[in-house]
Amino acid sequence: MDRLVVQGKTQVAEGVVALVLARPDGGRLPDWAPGAHVDLTLASGATRQYSLCGDRWDAHTYRVAVLREPDGRGGSAYVHDELAVGDTVGFGGPRNHFALVPSTRYLFVAGGIGITPLLPMVHQADLVGADWALLYGGRSRGTMAFADELARHGDRVTVHPQDEGGLLPLAAFVAGADEGTVVYCCGPAPLLAAIEDATAHRPRHLLRTERFVAADLGAPVRDEPFVLELARSGATVTVGPELSVLEAARRAGATALSSCEQGTCGTCETPVLAGVPDHRDSILADHERAAGDCLFPCVSRSCTDRLVLDL
Amino acid sequence: MTTTLDAVPTLDVDPFSHETLEDPLPMQAALRDAGPVVYLPRYDLYAVARYEEVRAALVDWQRFPSSAGVGMSNFKHETPWRPPSLLLEADPPHHDAPRAVLSAILGPRALRRLTDRWFADAEDLVAGLLDGRGDVVELDGMTALAEAFPLRVFPDAVGLPAEGREHLLPYGDHAFNAFGPSNDLVAKGAPRVGELSAWVASQCAREVLSDDGFGAAIWAASDRGDITPAQAPLIVRSLLTAGVDTTVHGLGAVLHGLATHPDAWATLRARPERARVAFDEAVRWQSPVQTFFRTAEGEVPIGGTVVPADHKILMFLGAANRDPRHWHDPDRFDLDRDPSGHVGYGMGLHQCVGQHVARLEGAALLTALARRVERIEPAAAPTRHHNNTMRAFAALPLRLTPARA
Ligand SMILES: Cc1cc2nc3c(=O)[nH]c(=O)nc-3n(C[C@H](O)[C@H](O)[C@H](O)COP(=O)(O)OP(=O)(O)OC[C@H]3O[C@@H](n4cnc5c(N)ncnc54)[C@H](O)[C@@H]3O)c2cc1C
Ligand code: HEM
Ligand code: FES
Repeated sequence: MDRLVVQGKTQVAEGVVALVLARPDGGRLPDWAPGAHVDLTLASGATRQYSLCGDRWDAHTYRVAVLREPDGRGGSAYVHDELAVGDTVGFGGPRNHFALVPSTRYLFVAGGIGITPLLPMVHQADLVGADWALLYGGRSRGTMAFADELARHGDRVTVHPQDEGGLLPLAAFVAGADEGTVVYCCGPAPLLAAIEDATAHRPRHLLRTERFVAADLGAPVRDEPFVLELARSGATVTVGPELSVLEAARRAGATALSSCEQGTCGTCETPVLAGVPDHRDSILADHERAAGDCLFPCVSRSCTDRLVLDL
Repeated sequence: MTTTLDAVPTLDVDPFSHETLEDPLPMQAALRDAGPVVYLPRYDLYAVARYEEVRAALVDWQRFPSSAGVGMSNFKHETPWRPPSLLLEADPPHHDAPRAVLSAILGPRALRRLTDRWFADAEDLVAGLLDGRGDVVELDGMTALAEAFPLRVFPDAVGLPAEGREHLLPYGDHAFNAFGPSNDLVAKGAPRVGELSAWVASQCAREVLSDDGFGAAIWAASDRGDITPAQAPLIVRSLLTAGVDTTVHGLGAVLHGLATHPDAWATLRARPERARVAFDEAVRWQSPVQTFFRTAEGEVPIGGTVVPADHKILMFLGAANRDPRHWHDPDRFDLDRDPSGHVGYGMGLHQCVGQHVARLEGAALLTALARRVERIEPAAAPTRHHNNTMRAFAALPLRLTPARA
């Protein structure tokens, strides 16, 4: 199974740690663009999503930042309390449902840990010479990660802690939007509702949001071997953690064309006849994942004891 | 601190001479054997021809960007012959949005709606060539099959009107020549560039395109704000440039491979579900797109030496696909081989976004042929068509023996 090793772990704000992740062999990681997140499989098979907030020009490390969620089911607490430098985590993706569309003007609104996907976006907006501004809210200054990194952008960035200035002045912030301005917002549900209200008079596609909702837990990701059955030949093979489904299928005699072998190109797409896939690719949208009728065996695996593929 | 660098091996070869284009294999072997990177004094550029280095250069968009052009010309110092492609000749972040839009439109799940129609079209094309023509049919595999099939299905899928489609192949031929040096092949196309470019540009307009094709889907993405309205026509243009000649010569390659390897034809007839693998094996073996360039961003170390900043580096995809360091018996067209990992479609960020279209065309045509044709043989030696980028055929005389009904 594809795993990443924790190369660095730093406290970047109260309740927020940043992780630097790399391949155990130091190889290139899959490419990504601002707005992308990876799926990390933490202890006990729990999968959580974390937005990439590092530098895409660095092909060898990912950076994510994780907020401790006291009411959660333990994923973020595990990252804070147990995960240590040198440990490994399972990973899938990157996937992107929050892509930065081309424009000459952007307004970015971040609430708390919602700064993570916006951080590479503002760097990119700067790089292409777009006109942009960021309004960044949080409970208090000490809880707001990356305010220091953002300081170099001067007055394009407004840091607005709630205990000093109250709620974010959204209406005023978006008042200057012209017809080409795209608004990006990531943060807690009340903030997203407020930005929708504040931009209700504008075309819908000019507002792009992402919510860090806790996904319903599907079957937990497994480390134990499962049985792969190839429907066309009837062959079966046991797939342990050291083997990809693609490799296992080939060992069992299947011809399976592949290319990138990192879940991005789509060449190896294979119909699933039985079993529940554990999707690790960068390609399928959430509803396509949920359908469970195909998988990319170069990276994806099985949540169930038995997986039957049309191979 | 000083590091000792190996001297770069130098080879005085011309990858774009008619002699090399007729048969590039000896030069490619010499380049591979000379070293991991080779200096070509004739054009003052660096070349990689081994699988490992070609693949590494393809995926490393950070150090080998594309926005200075993927041909010999360096856009930092020379004006491109046309507005640069928003995909092929762009780097992140500009590359992101056009790529995301096309990947969705040309992805395998989006193509499912075309599968049945293209398989039926292939059956129909093959039936038209065989029915009532006797026990043996001789034809030019290029015009009758390799060109006829893509021209039948692809422009419709894009949503082009019927008139003017004959401009597609000459335009693509020139565009692929233009990645090379300004030699006689480029000069040959020059007189028609204005006319062909104007025609292509006119076909990218929203009102010219049908409302259910790839072209309309690109314009719909601009309505959703995923790309800008100014980008849409150039993204349509990418399909018209990159989507026709490539598949024509990919199909030519697989027909040539099957005609010259009766064992492979027997395998395909017995197991037509291998058509998709057969097509990719042909893309490996002939590599219809032979070469692309990059430009070094800063000094880039490769294999013990350094490519100097801002220098062009020429990646030999075709040579990598026949590198014996990576492939067993690489010169053999072999349907029992797993061609996975070949770099005939490139690799990484710019890897062919049309590869699923190409494979679907290949699978459709080969499936129809396997069903209707018992034997396929060369009727005469094929003749090559010379192009600075593509490995192409001018004519592929074939003799088909229809299967008894
Ligand atoms: C696309 C995406 C990107 C993300 N990026 C980041 C990031 O960059 N940084 C970051 O810190 N987090 C990010 N998240 C959130 C992250 O994936 C985790 O949800 C978060 O770390 C909390 O995990 P947990 O296990 O501690 O808590 P969870 O168990 O996931 O709980 C989180 C919240 O959901 C509620 N909840 C608990 N159980 C359920 C349930 N069954 N159904 C619905 N809600 C429930 C909890 O009360 C709690 O308020 C992202 C989420 C998504 C979807
Ligand atoms: C056998 C057929 C084909 C071959 C061998 C082929 C080959 C290639 C190669 C090698 C590249 C990579 C270029 C680079 O890295 O700089 C590429 C890119 C591309 N191809 Fe293809 N191609 C084929 C068919 C098609 C088709 C059918 C389409 C359109 C439907 C298409 C559209 C494109 C586009 C738009 C790009 C640029 C992608 C990007 O830069 O992100 N190709 N192709
Ligand atoms: S080989 Fe590219 S997605 Fe599996």
